[in-house]
Amino acid sequence: MQKEIIIAGFGGQGVLFGGQVLAYAAMDNGLDVTWIPSYGPEMRGGTANCTVVIADHEIGSPLVKNPPLAIALNLPSFDKYEETLAPGGTLIVNQSMVDRAPKRTDIHVIMVPCNEIAEEIGDRKLLNMVAVGALLTALPEIKVEDVEKALEGHLPARHKHLLPKNYEALKRGFEQAQREWDKVPAEFSEQ
Amino acid sequence: MTTENLVYERPEAFTEMPTHYCPGCTHGVAHRLVAEVLDEMGIVDKTIGVAPVGCAVFAYNYFATDFVEAPHGRAPAMATGVKRVLPDRVVFTYQGDGDLASIGMGEIVHAAARGENITVIFINNANYGMTGGQMAPTTLPGMKTSSSQSGRDVETQGYPIKVSEMLSTLEGVGYCVRRSLHDPKNIRLAKKAIRAAFETQVRGLGFSMVELLSTCPTNWGITPVNSLKFVEEHMVPAYPLGDYKVSDAVKQIKI
Amino acid sequence: MPRELWKGNEAIAESAVRAGLGAYFGYPITPQTEILEYLSRRMPELGRAFVQAESELGAINMVYGAACTGARVMSSSSSPGVSLMMEGLSYIAGTEIPAVLVNVMRGGPGLGNIAPAQSDYNQAVRGGGHGDYPRIVLAPASVQEAIDLMALSFDLAEKYRMIAMMILDGSVGQMMEPAEMPALQEPHRREFDWATNGAMNRERRILSSIYLDPHDEEKTNLRLLKNWKNVQANEVRYKEYFLDDAKYVIVGFGTAGRVALSAVREARALGIKVGLLRPITVSPFPYEALDQLTGQVEAFLVTEMNMGQMLDDVLLTVRGRVPVEFYGRPGGVVPFHDEILDEIHRLASGPLAVSTDPRDSWLARMYSNLKVTAQ
Repeated sequence: MQKEIIIAGFGGQGVLFGGQVLAYAAMDNGLDVTWIPSYGPEMRGGTANCTVVIADHEIGSPLVKNPPLAIALNLPSFDKYEETLAPGGTLIVNQSMVDRAPKRTDIHVIMVPCNEIAEEIGDRKLLNMVAVGALLTALPEIKVEDVEKALEGHLPARHKHLLPKNYEALKRGFEQAQREWDKVPAEFSEQ
Repeated sequence: MTTENLVYERPEAFTEMPTHYCPGCTHGVAHRLVAEVLDEMGIVDKTIGVAPVGCAVFAYNYFATDFVEAPHGRAPAMATGVKRVLPDRVVFTYQGDGDLASIGMGEIVHAAARGENITVIFINNANYGMTGGQMAPTTLPGMKTSSSQSGRDVETQGYPIKVSEMLSTLEGVGYCVRRSLHDPKNIRLAKKAIRAAFETQVRGLGFSMVELLSTCPTNWGITPVNSLKFVEEHMVPAYPLGDYKVSDAVKQIKI
Repeated sequence: MPRELWKGNEAIAESAVRAGLGAYFGYPITPQTEILEYLSRRMPELGRAFVQAESELGAINMVYGAACTGARVMSSSSSPGVSLMMEGLSYIAGTEIPAVLVNVMRGGPGLGNIAPAQSDYNQAVRGGGHGDYPRIVLAPASVQEAIDLMALSFDLAEKYRMIAMMILDGSVGQMMEPAEMPALQEPHRREFDWATNGAMNRERRILSSIYLDPHDEEKTNLRLLKNWKNVQANEVRYKEYFLDDAKYVIVGFGTAGRVALSAVREARALGIKVGLLRPITVSPFPYEALDQLTGQVEAFLVTEMNMGQMLDDVLLTVRGRVPVEFYGRPGGVVPFHDEILDEIHRLASGPLAVSTDPRDSWLARMYSNLKVTAQ
């Protein structure tokens, strides 16, 4: 088993941490995992992305050209990863930040209004956790509870009071994505 | 022989090796002053010297202490490495003006700025001795050297760097003075300064440096006696002797 | 120790601390600055020496000075900074003292960029500083390997009194992976019989790289080589993947090696008998292992993130007995495994010729793939 995930968005949207949470959860599940950020000048204000690879064997390349899974938190990321996603793959899109419908029909595009959901929970910064929750609907190797445990185990102590809202964000994202999957015709949702 | 008759004794901080310096060169005097201070302070066995690239490259042959040999200009960085690992040892560099004030300017300025607890003996003889008397950062305006053959032209070759004045502006410096080796009185003053510099270090009072105006009869092309006169008449006016920085804590030292 | 998620650069720093690092001297440069930042916090916390130097020249000469005392000491930098350190490395080599340097390589030449590259292989393995001196060069491909090789670097440097360098591309430095740390060791200053730490109750010592008499310098050079022969005989390390029945073998170190592993797995799934030899010590290079494979395989493919530097070591070993092909991505580009898979298909579909310089055909393919024209 090997799964590759790219998470992309603006700097400040919690792209890197979203990937790290997945990496922790995978590690705690006894899997091998790599997390690698894009780094450099593009980190300052522009788009940021990270690639997470999860496998049950020694991971080769930590980067991937055509990922089967991706999260696009803004429009430039939607444009980029809609194009490069592997056929049959799943793209979680932050609906709050895009103004167009998907073009490709050979991938699953799951629209989730991450900003609005995060604001409803009371902290807009949680939009990354909403998106991660949504992604888990397409990543059976990691369950919502695994990510909750990872947050509890690896979040710095000073942030521990934020755990309940993080859990809620994950759950709301997962549920919202589930509802979107339910709209997909059954013969097309086979993964 | 009674002690009254004893006029010369080799300091314990010296090895038996005769030096390679030219007749009339004041490196030998400077070496001896350092060795006497190490003897008097009883620190020969806890001192590590850092030799430069330049005429004093073989300094390690003459001192009976542990010694390391630095790349050109890098002695203050090497001394920093030694001292940071062994803060209870005494670490000194012995550097010429090409080594310290040209290629090694970055290293000396930052060692001083960090207030490294090291002692620097800086020999200013206004030229590159080892490579045959080329113009140094300290060469006087109009002074002839093998690479400023009609005399240093400040229009194209710039002005001398006054290292003691410059370093004395840095907070990390505890003790920074200029002395000369051109006559017995000044040699005595130079020794007192070297002692004060090492005392600064052993008390942990910051960076210490003694700049010593020195002769280079061979490359200057004049006799040893005239070289001493040259220092007195030309170098001292250009490089005034004095205490450029003595921190309040260093002033309290009673020797 | 449990597995924790470590970022490569920070893992390297902590591993060095745990191996008993006594002093660190460095200068900021991307993509290795996290090593400096981490140690600026960690070393003082443990009462150990840390200095942010005025330049890489300053840093390497502080390393030189501290190494003379027998302490475990290191610096880290990235390509342009390592170029500045070459003077110091040559002196350290000439003085025959142990020191450790990490180069988190980036795209070059010149200022280049800060993206991952492997273009300092030749500088690390063959040259760099002036004079004739060998050095140990280790090339980790993962965070765990970087941790393990960091500790090994100190052991090897001290055992053979020489420089041990660890070269990794920026992606290993920036990557996070689960890894296990060794236990924390105190900074141990072993009583080396050469260390200049003050002549208390012993003869005084001098450490220098100067041998004014050419015959003495010649003897020193020969001693360095003799020492190196011991390193070559005892310290070669590499990792093998799917080599038992391999008809084709990829040779790649560091990230280029692990990217190739993904391609090898996919090719195997398609029934192509391909394996991977990933050198861990690129100096000493695993000549013997490669030589044995030469009798078994139909062709080699060398993959690097440069224009073919380790390639020369492979060519030296294979000596025209079977074809050697090359695929590189220089300038800070990390290859995707798909590209290497394409190369494997090319190998498997043959025919291949023994070429004196496989860079020629690679260069032609690059120009045609990138749709650029030679100027």
